[in-house]
Amino acid sequence: MNLVELQNVSLAYGRMEVIKNLSLHLAEGEVLGLFGHNGAGKTTTMKMILGLLAPGSGHVQVFGNTPDHTEVRKRLGYLPENVMFYPQLSGQETLTYFARLKSADTHQVGELLEKVGLTHAATRKVKTYSKGMRQRLGLAQALLANPRLLLLDEPTVGLDPVATQELYQLLNELRQNGTGIILCSHVLPGVEPYISRAAILAGGQLQAVGTLSELRRQVALPTRIRLGSLSEPEHWQTRLSGLGFDSRCIGRDALEVLTHNGARRELLNTLINSSGAADLEVSPPSLDDLYRHFAVVPAQEKSQ
Amino acid sequence: MMQVWNIAIKELNDGLRNRWLLAISLLFAILAAGIAWLGSAAAGQVGFSSIPATIASLASLATFLVPLIALLLAYDAIVGEEEGGTLLLLLTYPLSRGQLLLGKFIGHGLILALATSIGFGSAAVAIALLVSDLDIWLLIQSFSRFIFSATLLGWVFLALAYFLSSKASEKSTAAGLALGVWFLFVLVFDLSLLALLVFSKGQLNPDLLPWLLLLNPTDIFRQINLSGLGDSSAMNGVMALGRDLPISNPELWISLFIWLIFSLGIAHFTLRRRAI
Repeated sequence: MNLVELQNVSLAYGRMEVIKNLSLHLAEGEVLGLFGHNGAGKTTTMKMILGLLAPGSGHVQVFGNTPDHTEVRKRLGYLPENVMFYPQLSGQETLTYFARLKSADTHQVGELLEKVGLTHAATRKVKTYSKGMRQRLGLAQALLANPRLLLLDEPTVGLDPVATQELYQLLNELRQNGTGIILCSHVLPGVEPYISRAAILAGGQLQAVGTLSELRRQVALPTRIRLGSLSEPEHWQTRLSGLGFDSRCIGRDALEVLTHNGARRELLNTLINSSGAADLEVSPPSLDDLYRHFAVVPAQEKSQ
Repeated sequence: MMQVWNIAIKELNDGLRNRWLLAISLLFAILAAGIAWLGSAAAGQVGFSSIPATIASLASLATFLVPLIALLLAYDAIVGEEEGGTLLLLLTYPLSRGQLLLGKFIGHGLILALATSIGFGSAAVAIALLVSDLDIWLLIQSFSRFIFSATLLGWVFLALAYFLSSKASEKSTAAGLALGVWFLFVLVFDLSLLALLVFSKGQLNPDLLPWLLLLNPTDIFRQINLSGLGDSSAMNGVMALGRDLPISNPELWISLFIWLIFSLGIAHFTLRRRAI
């Protein structure tokens, strides 16, 4: 069953069309990464799923219902971008207040504070929290009442690398338990292993949607091969050039070669059979590469 | 309904936490006691004069203070939540905009009702304890009427503050609008009526003028208290028009209640249309 279904949704503010004919869905136990530059329409899409904005045309359904339905809201959790709370309340009071609003068990509050690593600051006023702590409190708030659908708008903003990894691992656990997650971000590094599918938005239009493998197949971007610990990188560069591969030096002892699918096997065979290349790293087109292809290039073309 | 109650309890706790309740109660108590004992100082008399004179002076004071305090308490109720970033979050919860408004109204309304009761009530208790040969029944009746009507007046202005707060895009704008509303109802309206009386030179239908008092909740409040005293000499200035108003005291109460429903209605309508 699809938790979220958007069918041919469009939305305009006055004459400016901010969402154009968008169709998306999210299934149970799936993490959909919604990516795009600032103003691409990510937050607007989130707001439509939350029932805060009504589409001008098309349909939005959440749990098979209208998004503003009370039962829908009891089953979803939302972490807004730049989450803010009441500065005069402590972390514990904040979560208790929101738990009551959601008719959730207030005993869950301590457990959630522990889950996000805020037990030590539970009785401190929120106004003394750092940005990262507020973000973690926001996540705990979104997890109240064990939601079946989680909408996270820029969840890693303000989090340090360790906390970011912990967040992704937590999302992975939730996904395995069947929770559907829409993760909205323009910070791409690190998120790749945790998303089931990616949707790339630009100018309010869906540019691409699918698993990363599907997106890679659609675009035939080059694979990145990195050779490290080389004693004479210039020698390797000349040799690769002779074989028809362009490469560039990375630092003092490394080279990077971009190769398309057809030539990849040949290049790898050459490298494996040669001595002197101690480290070999093969990276398929990353989410960042795909994003640049689908979102950045069309935006640049449009501006020209 | 639990959601409404949760919002109300939070607002009430905030009022206790930031000492709004304490400050307003103290202000009302000190001013009421001061008016009761020093209200006739201008006439060369120091000390408690009479219950009707005290209530008349308190009604004039409350006309200025209660709307101002209500507007200050609630002008940022909606726009402040939006600027603070919490409105967006609240509206993703199983909570309608009407429930949010009602919860805030109950919380702020309780603060105002408690402050009015404690502040003015303590002045009544002081009068009962310190003044001899007093008609206790008249004291209870007059102060109860005054406290209930002052609370209702405060609630009307709370609702008007929610309307302004739902309309404004910034807190500073809401504060300016609140000040404008206070000026309009507390100062400008009565002056405009007086100007109308003077400049119309009897051209206006004399039966119509007293009804215009019902367009101002502060005038209704003063009518309720002054007509309840049974002493028409207390009705002077614009209030003298009220002598010709062919409606009873209960009907004045209903008028003030209609003002409350109307103000809450437009606040709800505006909040529902507010883009988040």
